[in-house]
Amino acid sequence: MSDHIVSAFTEELERLSADILRMGGIVEEMIVDSCRAVLHNDLELAADVIERDPQVDRMEAEVERQIVSLIARRQPMAHDLRSVFAALKVSGELERIGDLSKNIGKRALNLDAAVFPAMRSGVARMAGPVSRQLHQVLNAYASGNAAEAKAVWETDDEIDQHYNALFREMLTYMIEDPRSISDGAHMLFMAKNLERIGDHCTNIAEFVFFQITGENLVQQDRPKL
Amino acid sequence: MDDTLGNGTTMEKGVLPDAPETSVRMSCRNINVFYGEKQAIYDVSLQIADRSVTALIGPSGCGKSTFLRCLNRMNDTIEGCRVEGEIMMEGKDINSPVIDPVLLRSRVGMVFQKPNPFPKSIYENIAYGPRIHGLAQGREDMDEIVEKSLRRAGLWEEVKDRLNLAGTSLSGGQQQRLCIARAIAVRPEVILMDEPCSALDPIATARIEELIDDLRKRYCIIIVTHSMQQAARVSQRTAFFHLGALVEVGDTDQIFTSPRDRRTEDYITGRFG
Amino acid sequence: MSDPAVSPFANERALKRLRRRRAADRRFKWYGRLAIGFALAALTLLLASITTQAMSAATYHVVSFDLDLDKETFGGLKTDDPPPVDKVYGLVRADLLAQFPETARNPVLRHELSALVTRLAVLPVAREIVRNPREIGMTRQVQLPLSDDLDLYLKGANARHLTVPIGRVGAEETNGVLTLTGEGAFKRLIAAASLEGMQIQDARSTGSILMTAGQSTLKLSTLDPSRIKGPLLTGSLQDFRTHPVRARLITSPESERTVTDRQIAWLLALKAEGRVSRVPHWSLLTHTDSTQPELAGTLAAIVGSLLTLLVTASLAIPIGILASIYLEEFAPRNRVTGLIEVNINNLAAVPSIVFGLLGAAVFLGAFGLPRSAPVVGGLVLALLILPVVIIASRAALKAVPQSIRDAALAVGASRMQTVFHHVMPLAAPGMLTGAILGMARALGETAPLLLIGMVAFVAEVPNGPTDEATALPVLIYSWATQAERAWEPMTGAVILILLVFLIAMNGVVVFLRRKFERRW
Repeated sequence: MSDHIVSAFTEELERLSADILRMGGIVEEMIVDSCRAVLHNDLELAADVIERDPQVDRMEAEVERQIVSLIARRQPMAHDLRSVFAALKVSGELERIGDLSKNIGKRALNLDAAVFPAMRSGVARMAGPVSRQLHQVLNAYASGNAAEAKAVWETDDEIDQHYNALFREMLTYMIEDPRSISDGAHMLFMAKNLERIGDHCTNIAEFVFFQITGENLVQQDRPKL
Repeated sequence: MDDTLGNGTTMEKGVLPDAPETSVRMSCRNINVFYGEKQAIYDVSLQIADRSVTALIGPSGCGKSTFLRCLNRMNDTIEGCRVEGEIMMEGKDINSPVIDPVLLRSRVGMVFQKPNPFPKSIYENIAYGPRIHGLAQGREDMDEIVEKSLRRAGLWEEVKDRLNLAGTSLSGGQQQRLCIARAIAVRPEVILMDEPCSALDPIATARIEELIDDLRKRYCIIIVTHSMQQAARVSQRTAFFHLGALVEVGDTDQIFTSPRDRRTEDYITGRFG
Repeated sequence: MSDPAVSPFANERALKRLRRRRAADRRFKWYGRLAIGFALAALTLLLASITTQAMSAATYHVVSFDLDLDKETFGGLKTDDPPPVDKVYGLVRADLLAQFPETARNPVLRHELSALVTRLAVLPVAREIVRNPREIGMTRQVQLPLSDDLDLYLKGANARHLTVPIGRVGAEETNGVLTLTGEGAFKRLIAAASLEGMQIQDARSTGSILMTAGQSTLKLSTLDPSRIKGPLLTGSLQDFRTHPVRARLITSPESERTVTDRQIAWLLALKAEGRVSRVPHWSLLTHTDSTQPELAGTLAAIVGSLLTLLVTASLAIPIGILASIYLEEFAPRNRVTGLIEVNINNLAAVPSIVFGLLGAAVFLGAFGLPRSAPVVGGLVLALLILPVVIIASRAALKAVPQSIRDAALAVGASRMQTVFHHVMPLAAPGMLTGAILGMARALGETAPLLLIGMVAFVAEVPNGPTDEATALPVLIYSWATQAERAWEPMTGAVILILLVFLIAMNGVVVFLRRKFERRW
């Protein structure tokens, strides 16, 4: 898309999307690092993830400030309006993802060191697709690729299935060994958090798709696997 | 298709925005306008809904004002201007020789860019139209028309004590509302507005916009504006003109959030040129 | 970033350029002031010269007579009888002859005496007697204008004269020649005479010295420091013995003057008697033209001008305004209207005398309208100012903003309603200005009127547009070409009257503009 006649407008929009992408990068790393902390029982890494969350909150606040100012001064229209709207929503979603990652980190600190390694790797296995999904949707945002965003939206069910499988696996472990119930409960919440992150990625995909095409992805059209 | 609101050039894409439940007031088909040898409007077809505001937007010289002036045949007064095509209103082509432009203009009123009250009293400004059309029986009837028109234009409370003052002594915004009242006084069905706020300050503009929103309940309003924000604020449907052609027409919400044509997008986001 | 050395406020070259620019501004302002000063000076000079020329015509001298309108002479007059000019003049002459008995047996002197008041000067009085016969049988005091040459003499315009007071001297008479004596009484007179270059011995070439005392005058023929000799022109020895004597030096010789020494003597006698007075020259406005400057007035020309203007206005204004409205508001812009426009502009530049030729050929020749009539003059002047009116009216219509027309059309007014309800009222002051300026031009036009015969001598006030008439500018022309000196101030006076009319018309223009000009 060609530049605005007012070049400062273009610069502000570019800065906004750069900030969103930077925020997305940090959040993506938080997901991976929190699950890595769970897998390796790395308490330092977990604490580090927790400490990263306020930074994400500050970035969200900064993005919101930029958006309010941009609406007030530039009155964006059409694609510009959609990008600003999408940026506002996406930054909110990213902030939620950051919170959920922080929550995984907190739970990692409370895990018994002797917990079943299999349980730890189950959570870590789920983190892969979730973070990939976030990565993919941020790519779609950066490149303005509506098809890629729609692809992310359509694959959310995989995460759900992953979650269901993990849920049953955890239950099995907890039935086998009642001592693991405390850790298992934590693990279940972590899995739930990851599933929620997947949902947030889906939301992001919807906003990115709207930003690019001006159309809404309608819930009923979603393929049910 | 004459009784539904077609969507101009974007119709072939097959996505019709929800048509307003109101009926079509004016229907233009294949309008071409020439100034001497030069063509100003190319093949414009547009349906205009009753009891709603249609905004015509586009860069300067895109033909939106020329198109507007076709609708009450004001182009007749311009030497060397030729209008082709069919503009249907109540089943009649307004360009046909049997339609008297004078009668047409009493049905299709117009408000201009610069407030242009007659240099006469406020009362006379309003009363002139009804008088030449013989709409009032006697003085009391005329008083009533004047009051009603001024009330509808939201000016009555401000001027009721000084109806004998010159219309030109009012402020710019008041003058423009006086012009709107003058247009209303001859009981038109359609009101054309050619950039009615371009000479006004933001507060006066807001008053006019509020008035337009109010008038929409009774009249079919077509407004040409340079301010996209204004088009977005006051209109229900927006038509984008470029280089004499109608590029896109649709519901205002749709035009300003997700226009279908790249040129519309570029224009309303300020990327033209 | 801004280096003070290159800041435009400190840059030497920029400052120099600025100074040059300011100097150019100042120079231009001064050129403008000079131009205005020049124009004002020229105008002032013109007005001043005309006014000074006209000033002496603002008043004139009249002689009062007590006329005994006896029933024998004037009885039986009816209102439609011709005015008894000769009978009244007879009374005037008799009065003068009785006053100056020395003319009794000398027809030359009698002729000289009656030239003090011209015969036609009694015409108004004679008319009054016919109109108002009740005065018959009574003695009526009338004031009759002094003949123009004597009037000019009293105003000091046609013969330079100065007065030297002498005082009381001895006097005796021998055979009509008076001798005045006084020890050294005339030294001052000799000095004054030689200062003026007068040689008494050769009176023919060096002017005259008149000695007056009371109502008597002698003409000096020899001059010694203590003794004067000269013939008595009028009056008696007694006056010289009882009144102080004054010497009157007239520097131009009698043969080069239009007034004789004797006439001066009579005039001085009448003056000493208190019968001569200087009064405002109202007859300039109330009299018609005359061959005698002291009797001539402008009334006929003013009425002629007004009648002419009436015809002009009633033709040029409606035609011009209608033509301009059609051309400006209704006519299509094409080759034909373009051609018409060019021709109207050209017509405005055609010399006025051409219109006079046209009028003479068409209106007098082809249509057989009366010569010298205001109706023809009006027609010709209407043609002359028509382009001016059309151009001014079109400019006024053009100045009405299009938005007013749009406004009227948009509420459904027809084109004619638009023009007559909205455009015309706004253009009216401008149109009227054009019309009145055109009329002012018509008022001042001379050449076309000369060619259609309005230069005729008109002694009667015209009663209608078909009567013979003349106009103010033509009157100026004909008076300015007269030989007699007295016409000169009269011409100036007519010019002033014409200027007053023009200023009044322009005043109306200013008034209309002020009153009706609207902002839009």
